[in-house]
Amino acid sequence: MTHDAQKVVTDPLLDNNPIALQVLGVCSALAVTTSLATALIMCLALTAVTACSNASISLIRNHIPSSIRIIVQMTIIASLVIVVDQLLKAYAFETSKQLSVFVGLIITNCIVLGRAEAYAMKNGVGLSFLDGIGNGLGYSVILIFVGVFRELLGAGKLLGYTIFPLVSDGGWFTPIGLMLLPPSAFFLIGIFIWGLRAWKTEQVEKSEYRIHQVHRTEVL
Amino acid sequence: MELYVNLLIKAVFVENLALAFFLGMCTFLAVSKKIETALGLGIAVVVVQVITVPANNLLYQFLLKDGALAWAGLPEVDLSFLGLICYIGVIAAMVQILEMLLDRFFPALYNALGVFLPLITVNCAILGGTLFMVERDYNFMESTVYGIGSGVGWALAITALAGVREKLKYSDVPEGLQGLGITFITAGLMSLGFMAFSGIQL
Repeated sequence: MTHDAQKVVTDPLLDNNPIALQVLGVCSALAVTTSLATALIMCLALTAVTACSNASISLIRNHIPSSIRIIVQMTIIASLVIVVDQLLKAYAFETSKQLSVFVGLIITNCIVLGRAEAYAMKNGVGLSFLDGIGNGLGYSVILIFVGVFRELLGAGKLLGYTIFPLVSDGGWFTPIGLMLLPPSAFFLIGIFIWGLRAWKTEQVEKSEYRIHQVHRTEVL
Repeated sequence: MELYVNLLIKAVFVENLALAFFLGMCTFLAVSKKIETALGLGIAVVVVQVITVPANNLLYQFLLKDGALAWAGLPEVDLSFLGLICYIGVIAAMVQILEMLLDRFFPALYNALGVFLPLITVNCAILGGTLFMVERDYNFMESTVYGIGSGVGWALAITALAGVREKLKYSDVPEGLQGLGITFITAGLMSLGFMAFSGIQL
């Protein structure tokens, strides 16, 4: 049991990462990572929502008629997101302004609905809760990776503290402006996936076409 | 009139939902393997967007906004915290109705869209469009134009990506980058291209 539970939490981190392998919840991963602080808040918010929604959907899974399950799940998720949104507005107003619409977009984050549909509808409350935490953390791994690179290389800072002194302040580091712009997030996640798959080769997708080296004699 | 044209161009190119705000990325990456399906999905998104953004705008202006209930004699009620759940309800209902209508009157298109139609409910581009409309406080006319523009922009982006990916499958991609990895990098390059529009002042 404990082994199972541990696997449920650690599996989504690298082996079955929601972003890199399941292609879920990519939208917000790209948009909120210009600074590490917003990325961290987003991770926290998403992990909380996924865990709680998984637990509450699993709790009532035997009472939901399957034809309207999506609406039921959406309602639960939307209510949880409203709670998170109000909490952020109350206690972290500045960050919630920076996150703008992306807190609301947790509702349509495929990780939350995907896990509810794929896991919480079939498993017990405790395990579903842990699955939510695990997938939230898997999402966080990518967000933190991208956030660290973008803030460090784009502004020379981490969490607002200067790591590389900028040229404009008499230091040596010229910030890479591209890192703060949208395209860099795509590149960083692409590179992360490349690294992950070079390490865990079983995740590599098969190509549809392979260019074969054809020997002359075979053709003739 | 000029205001609306500006808004439209801005929504399609400068503030492209997919490439500048990363909305609807999941479907954007998952359904962009073939041009036909991408185009079909793009059209469905435009239709849903054109209906839901103005519908949510009416909801916001007359029910949810601070003081919006003045017509009902309740000027100090502020229901804006209920926004998210109302918008998603409207979107889910609209998609459901659209699905039934297509099934009844355009079965060919219905079959072509298949599972993607219900998935539009959880497409962040749709909810994102509504939330941007609320944040920028558009009026009814502006939100209609914004709905058209943002939908068309998204459809344009996914069709273009599908075009690139159709060619890409014949090329020799490094093993680990195969599939998802290279798609991300392609989308990054496209987004770089779309940034060229960002200098345009309208």
